[in-house]
Amino acid sequence: MEALVASAVGVLTAAGIFLILRRRTFPVILGLSLLTYAVNVFLFATGRLALDAPAVLNKYKDVPYTDPLPQALVLTAIVISFGMTAVIVMIALSAYLSSKDDHIDMTAQDSVDAPGEDA
Amino acid sequence: MSLFLIAALPFLGAVFPALLIRAGRNAAASAAGLTSFLAFAGLLIHAPAVMRGEVVTARFDWIPGLGLNANFMLDGLGFLFALLILGIGLLIILYARFYLSREDPMGQFYTYLLLFQGAMVGIVLSDNILLLLIFWELTSLSSFLLIGYWKHLPEGRQGARMALAVTGSGGLAMIAGMLILGNIVGSYDLSVILQNKELIQSSPHYLPALILILLGCFTKSAQFPFHFWLPHAMAAPTPVSAYLHSATMVKAGLFLMARMWPVLAGTDAWFYIVATTGLVTMLIGAVIALFKDDLKALLAFSTVSHLGLVTMLLGFGTKIAVVAAIFHIINHATFKAALFMTAGIIDHETGTRDIKRLGGLRHLMPITFTIGIIAALSMAGLPPLNGFLSKEMMLEETVHTTWLNSHYLVPGLALVAALFSAAYSFRFVGHVFFGPEREDYAAHPHDPPVGLWLAPAFLVVLVVLIGLNSAVLVGPLVATVSSAVIGGEKLPYYSLKLWHGFTPALYMSVVATLGGLFLLSLHRRADHVWNALPRPEAKVIFDAVIAALTRFSRWITDELHNGVISRYAIILIAFTVGLGYYAYATGTIGLETRVPLPAQTIPIIGWICLVGATLAIMWFHRNRLLSLVLIGVVGLIVSMAFNYLSAPDLALTQISVEVVTMILLLLSLNFLPTETPWDSTAPRRWRDAAISVVAGLGTGGLIYALMLRDFAFPTISEFHLANSYKGGGGTNVVNVILVDFRGFDTFGEIIVLGIAALIIFALTESVLGTNVRSYLLNRKPHWPQSGDAHPLMMVVATRVMMPIALMVGAYIFFRGHNQPGGGFIAGLIVAIAYLMQYMASGYTWAIERQRFYYHGTIGWGVLIAAATGLGAWFNDRPFLTSDFGYIHWPPLEEFEWATAILFDTGVFLAVLGAVMLALDSLSRFAWQPGMAQEHPMDINPLRDAPPDEDQDEKEHA
Repeated sequence: MEALVASAVGVLTAAGIFLILRRRTFPVILGLSLLTYAVNVFLFATGRLALDAPAVLNKYKDVPYTDPLPQALVLTAIVISFGMTAVIVMIALSAYLSSKDDHIDMTAQDSVDAPGEDA
Repeated sequence: MSLFLIAALPFLGAVFPALLIRAGRNAAASAAGLTSFLAFAGLLIHAPAVMRGEVVTARFDWIPGLGLNANFMLDGLGFLFALLILGIGLLIILYARFYLSREDPMGQFYTYLLLFQGAMVGIVLSDNILLLLIFWELTSLSSFLLIGYWKHLPEGRQGARMALAVTGSGGLAMIAGMLILGNIVGSYDLSVILQNKELIQSSPHYLPALILILLGCFTKSAQFPFHFWLPHAMAAPTPVSAYLHSATMVKAGLFLMARMWPVLAGTDAWFYIVATTGLVTMLIGAVIALFKDDLKALLAFSTVSHLGLVTMLLGFGTKIAVVAAIFHIINHATFKAALFMTAGIIDHETGTRDIKRLGGLRHLMPITFTIGIIAALSMAGLPPLNGFLSKEMMLEETVHTTWLNSHYLVPGLALVAALFSAAYSFRFVGHVFFGPEREDYAAHPHDPPVGLWLAPAFLVVLVVLIGLNSAVLVGPLVATVSSAVIGGEKLPYYSLKLWHGFTPALYMSVVATLGGLFLLSLHRRADHVWNALPRPEAKVIFDAVIAALTRFSRWITDELHNGVISRYAIILIAFTVGLGYYAYATGTIGLETRVPLPAQTIPIIGWICLVGATLAIMWFHRNRLLSLVLIGVVGLIVSMAFNYLSAPDLALTQISVEVVTMILLLLSLNFLPTETPWDSTAPRRWRDAAISVVAGLGTGGLIYALMLRDFAFPTISEFHLANSYKGGGGTNVVNVILVDFRGFDTFGEIIVLGIAALIIFALTESVLGTNVRSYLLNRKPHWPQSGDAHPLMMVVATRVMMPIALMVGAYIFFRGHNQPGGGFIAGLIVAIAYLMQYMASGYTWAIERQRFYYHGTIGWGVLIAAATGLGAWFNDRPFLTSDFGYIHWPPLEEFEWATAILFDTGVFLAVLGAVMLALDSLSRFAWQPGMAQEHPMDINPLRDAPPDEDQDEKEHA
């Protein structure tokens, strides 16, 4: 089981990073999403894996519980990463609609055209 | 009055002039004056205690972890400086009221002045060097505002910048020095540091600390070679020059040297650095001052020279020299402030400060003449004025000083400096007031109103009285202050009197005075020579240095921050991978202590789906719609994995977040190109692939190793498991952690989420305000549009599901504390229920039925969460402590009620509002006129009602 989770985290990380290194906005957003999965699962797995042991207390008998702390951490991380994705999507969209260009890199020409520069 | 209040009063009072200026300039000035007066009176209350040699203290632990305590102390030294700062401050407030013209924003002036005053008082009363540093930097900042007060003058702005650059960078050096000092002693409290002379002077870090601290003092007190900022700061209005550059700010460096004297002085390093710098500064300042034609420039360089004098005396390291230094600080403050004010009066009344265009004013401005001549002769060091007394003492000390085995160097150079000092003082008198009256004054000169001359007149009265009867007037003060400086040891014998007999100092004084007169008679010729000499111009050098620094930082910025985001990303990732490799190569890894769980068939199938989908995304990522579908597969498997691995809360959260994220990405893809073109070269792709694979291997390997080992240390999870029910009243430990144990984190998080949503809203607003809107309205969709935008089946299905979905949301919310669920998940589920309506029935339809703004939902969420947290305060508990109890309402079963549920309500509302606001904003891009259909599945019961009622109803909505 551990090997499955670890290899999945590895594949998600590799794919996420590869896509983050692309030069258009949309693949970068996809890459960030994949990396988010990888990081969340990674954090979750730091609490070690356990089957059938949710951290919901049982009043009637003594049962093993999994580690609740990484779960609480990851729960907020999932929600926050939604906020982050939404902001990036919005920035990418606004940039594309304003300039009709979805490259993430500024070119030398862009910096010459940039407003507000003294030159 | 508490020392806290004395230090705080000017800051508090700084508000009033800015506000009261609407009530007139007198109101603003009176408010400033009253504040200063209160602080001054508060200080005087402590005078008897201080004069008895007691130290008044006020202590408050501010950030004890950092050693930063708001500790104040008032001893003789602090008392003298506070007296000068507040006393001369009062005179300046009076003087400035009449000096500034109607066009100058006077409210601002007094506000800046009081801020500065507060910072200065703070420096001299601090008993903690970190606190002192804060005030020190505050003086740099507030003096920047004061020097640049006349914003329309380029000299003012440049002078202010130069002063800030020089004193600010000196301040930075001093921070380092103070930290070293604090480290040596192990405390940042001055009273402790001052007890540890041996410890400090024997430390190997003594020299670096000394040099860094002195850098701060020398820059602030305009010592050579940092003296150049002071003359340029003369572009400030004269009240500022009189205040900052005679009595206060430039004395801060002297104050600190005196304050640190007991522990830093007495070594060779101290003597050679401080005394030599002081001597050189005294000499250079005096020589340059003689050749300045601008009255204020002359006074500025003379100030530089006198500051050098005091520095030199402190540098001698003898107790008697300290007495002379303290005495001269008092004397210099009185005559120099008066001289600056006199220069200001002359400028004000004749329209010029150029000595070459002045002369013969003694009959035209008799009062000014009287004030000016007394102050100037005191500066020259003539009896019976106070300047004579301290200059004699200084000369006397130089005679006893040996510099590198030379007995004559120090007294000789001091004599030359005194000679030039006499010469420029005589020039101030002779070339301005004496000589023939001129025809070409810029304005008709006459004496100013009493408001302008009252303050300098008061000061020259002091000059004369101290000169005539120093032992009675200032003797006790000098003694108290001096013994405070030398650390409470016994003072050597000295006497403050005019006649000491025929001493070497007297002969030197006579030589200096006569030589000064002689030099002045040669001034015209000397001036020609001086102007012909090549001299380094400080401003040119300073500007060149600053320009070079600017070029350098711009070069670095341009090179590093060139806008190529993919390059930043690759540097960051490659660096992180390198760090990981370094840790792996140098660290050791323990033995595997856990038995791996067996892999069953279904997880293996899930793994194949996930890895397959991920690889497919990499392969097909150019087809954007397809990659979105594939990423949905990944999200689904991840949530199933959470569920399988005992994390039902995570599974619920992940799957609902997945839904909203998908909707978000699909909406955005509507406006973005549907294909990603090829624009990386093959080698680049291979390079990226290699880095990604290495990073993936590293991350996967790390988590694999981690999962097979037990915790190296016991975790705090056990505490949460043990106390969740007892302390938090809930059995779902994850939820109890979120709303109770770590409630503060959650509170921060919902705020962040709300901010993210507001950013999205603001971006939408600003983008739609540009020509993007017309582009959107005219754009052709990527895909052919459906003839039926709102299919009947879907509309019916979603509307039927709406109450069910809301019910599920409520259920998930209420069970959250004890079973998987809670505010986060409920918020997402309810948001999805709303989004279904948006999708099925259309944006316009949904927006017409929306009765509240999502901004408000976010705000209420945060407020409710905060109010719940604050509620704990009323029960004397820390912020966000929760409480719970059990309620029994027959015939219901007994149920539990925890305040955490209120907090969770806040979380719920904030999440709901944030998700809705984000998606709502994005939907606005898709808005087209005419999208609202008259007769879709719109079952509006009012549709068939009479028209006017219908109208009413719409207005209400």
